[in-house]
Amino acid sequence: MTTMRELVASHPFTKGMNEVSLSLISGCARNVVFAPGGLLCTEGESADTFYLLRRGRVSIDVHAPGRGSIVIETVGPNEVVGWSWLVPPYRWTLDARAMDDVGCIAIDGACVRAKALADPALGFDLLSRISETLLARLQSTRMRLLDLYGDNRVH
Amino acid sequence: MSAPTEPVVTHLEVGAVVVLNVEGLDELITKLVAAGYEVKGPTVGESAIVPGPIRSVNDLPKGVHDAQSPGSYRISASDDHAFFAWAVGPESWKQEHFPPSQIMWRGESDGDTMIFREPLRPSAPLAILGARPCEVVALRVMDRVLRDGDHRDERFSDRRDASFIAVVECATPADTCFCSSMHSGPEIDEGFDVALTELDDERGHRFLARCGSTRGAELLSLVPTRRAGGSDFDARASLLNDASARMSRSMPYDTVASLLARNTEHPRWSDVAERCLSCGNCTLVCPTCFCSDVHDTTDLLGSVERRRTWSSCFDLEHSYVHGGAVRASTSSRYRQWMTHKLSTWWDQFDTTGCVGCGRCLVWCPVGIDITEEVAAIAASDGAKVEVRTSRSSS
Amino acid sequence: MSTDRVIAGDGGAVATSSRQVMTPIPHRVIESVRETSDVTTLLLEPLEGPLMRFRCGQFNMLSAFGVGEIAVSHSGAPSERPLRHSIRDVGAVSRALCQRRVGDLVGVRGPFGTDWQIDTPSDGSTIDDRDTVVVAGGVGLAPLRGAVEELTRARAYGGGRVFVMVGAREPSQIVFGADLSSWAARGASVALTVDRAAPGWDGKVGLVTSLLADAGFDLSKSRALLCGPEIMMRFTARALVDLGLNPEAILVSLERNMQCGVGWCGHCQLGPFLLCRDGPVVPYAGLVSQLLTQRER
Repeated sequence: MTTMRELVASHPFTKGMNEVSLSLISGCARNVVFAPGGLLCTEGESADTFYLLRRGRVSIDVHAPGRGSIVIETVGPNEVVGWSWLVPPYRWTLDARAMDDVGCIAIDGACVRAKALADPALGFDLLSRISETLLARLQSTRMRLLDLYGDNRVH
Repeated sequence: MSAPTEPVVTHLEVGAVVVLNVEGLDELITKLVAAGYEVKGPTVGESAIVPGPIRSVNDLPKGVHDAQSPGSYRISASDDHAFFAWAVGPESWKQEHFPPSQIMWRGESDGDTMIFREPLRPSAPLAILGARPCEVVALRVMDRVLRDGDHRDERFSDRRDASFIAVVECATPADTCFCSSMHSGPEIDEGFDVALTELDDERGHRFLARCGSTRGAELLSLVPTRRAGGSDFDARASLLNDASARMSRSMPYDTVASLLARNTEHPRWSDVAERCLSCGNCTLVCPTCFCSDVHDTTDLLGSVERRRTWSSCFDLEHSYVHGGAVRASTSSRYRQWMTHKLSTWWDQFDTTGCVGCGRCLVWCPVGIDITEEVAAIAASDGAKVEVRTSRSSS
Repeated sequence: MSTDRVIAGDGGAVATSSRQVMTPIPHRVIESVRETSDVTTLLLEPLEGPLMRFRCGQFNMLSAFGVGEIAVSHSGAPSERPLRHSIRDVGAVSRALCQRRVGDLVGVRGPFGTDWQIDTPSDGSTIDDRDTVVVAGGVGLAPLRGAVEELTRARAYGGGRVFVMVGAREPSQIVFGADLSSWAARGASVALTVDRAAPGWDGKVGLVTSLLADAGFDLSKSRALLCGPEIMMRFTARALVDLGLNPEAILVSLERNMQCGVGWCGHCQLGPFLLCRDGPVVPYAGLVSQLLTQRER
């Protein structure tokens, strides 16, 4: 049977992470399954978890009256969902919803924050990895704002 | 043996309690007609108890019984001589005051001005003989919406104020009735001109009659009656207690509003949505549902008619804002209806919207029972959609 | 129908004061201003009788005769005449209203609903000297315009500072350009931003919430008035609370399907609110902040 540590180590998010940090993070992790439609994050609720996706897809969406849930982005296996646990006021700003059966590793954000405060090396390692993913998402969002496939007409 | 027939000639006051026999009831109808009322009451039609004109006691559903359960309604004839040995029919007295379709105004415009014609009320005031306590309570709920708020619906209000109500208390509730737990029956103490209770025992087939208004007392003074006695009061009490005790369904009146307010994300809403057809039958038969569409139509000459027509929160377009419907899913529409009826009605009108008549259970094609839905939510108060966790590998 | 009551716009038959609340009062279009590609402002005067009295934030039901009726917020200030309504073309009725020309007739019923709670007595008595932060998204500036007019005038006799922040999709979609300039001239702090730039735009490009942190209002003595798409109001309110503003100081203007305007038809419900009566302006704190995050309410 695979241990939690092995599971965490097998996810690309922790690639190259040292043994000590891996152990610390694994101590805050548990294996979770969401049925299709299940909410990993709910806008407005307190954000205390981040998810390393192993199986299935998740849609990041926001709801508006008359438009239902609007999908902003989709995230899949080997990616990560959830950043708000890192930054006060620790509250989700968007919804994250399972599109299929989603298997993931749920990591307790408060637990990790506490450990990172005690171990700055762990803290910096985490922040670097997170920043890399955030930068990539920001870049892609900016490119999408350009509406590259649109007609470029000025209204 | 019927009550003595010598007329009591004394002038009755509000609060007086008398007894009249069947002939007296017939006389009451005659006097109402003579006073200029259009008398309506329960009649048998379309295999159901439906509102119709009452010219004499012969128009009432004598010997008729009903059998009601979620998704089922049947009436049956018998040789009994009771006129009111049934619970409620599909329609309520809401539509006599708040018609399913009503013209608000007709207008013309020629570019220089606009002229509007507002139809005023029909000529004859209404007298209802045989409304149920739950229906009278429902009309008082409608009053809060259309009469007693910031804006007064003139035609509704005038008709309501002019309507004579002779309510008949319930001795034979249906399986689907829960008026007792909603404090709207089987007995009633206010909101009527005359309250009748049909009694039929060794002292005869008679009606206990209570005067609830000056108008009611004046009219009752014109028919042969005798003062009510201890045995009449006892018979009434016994009948109402039995009726209350027989009701198998109930609603937690004191706690349901807050229960639903804190369970807007309960998994039961998805569960009921699997069964609900969003057909809107419940809103059509409910005696307090008031949602309506307001729309303008033109004729070929450019005259405009504005109509108000019953609609339902189960309609997809009911919550339309530009973009789409706010409540697109059946579960959100079912949640809206039930939380409005039992919870937010209090915030909006300082009363519950439900009178426990059970019509929504009976006329639901799939037999959804709101007392059962509330019980299911209460049994798992605070539940949200599940997340499964395991310590082992997937 | 011989029992009809006849209401005529020219004062004939029966005085309009006794008309039913569902019967419109005819108004004439005095001026029509094309604000953007899909927003038109109509200036209206009644055919007879005085201009209606209203408060900023309230709305009227406007009817295009023969087409239908919609709810449109007052965009004028009570001190201005004539009546001013800015309408966005999103459907049959709004399109018909946007196409009304000077001299045409429009039906008006109102005013209905709650207001922005702007109290600006001209004698300066009991003036509210809090900073007011006005955040508008797109055509959401229209229901706020009257409030900003009143507040910027009130500066002259002790009213608090006014901070106006406007977000629009692109520069061509910014409404009330002239008013924005005159408010700035009266001392209001006016900041604009667009989601997407266009050639010639050298202003800010970014989300309207990005204007908040540097605005300079006194968090301990401010109130906020928000109007725009619901997502924008939700996120802006959160951002203000995260900056440290008391949620009780925030008002938002909500919108749902409205057909009667008087609390009879049931369409405008949002949880416990009948928005035509208990709104459209509602306090953000507590129940509303929860309602806004729930789906399909």
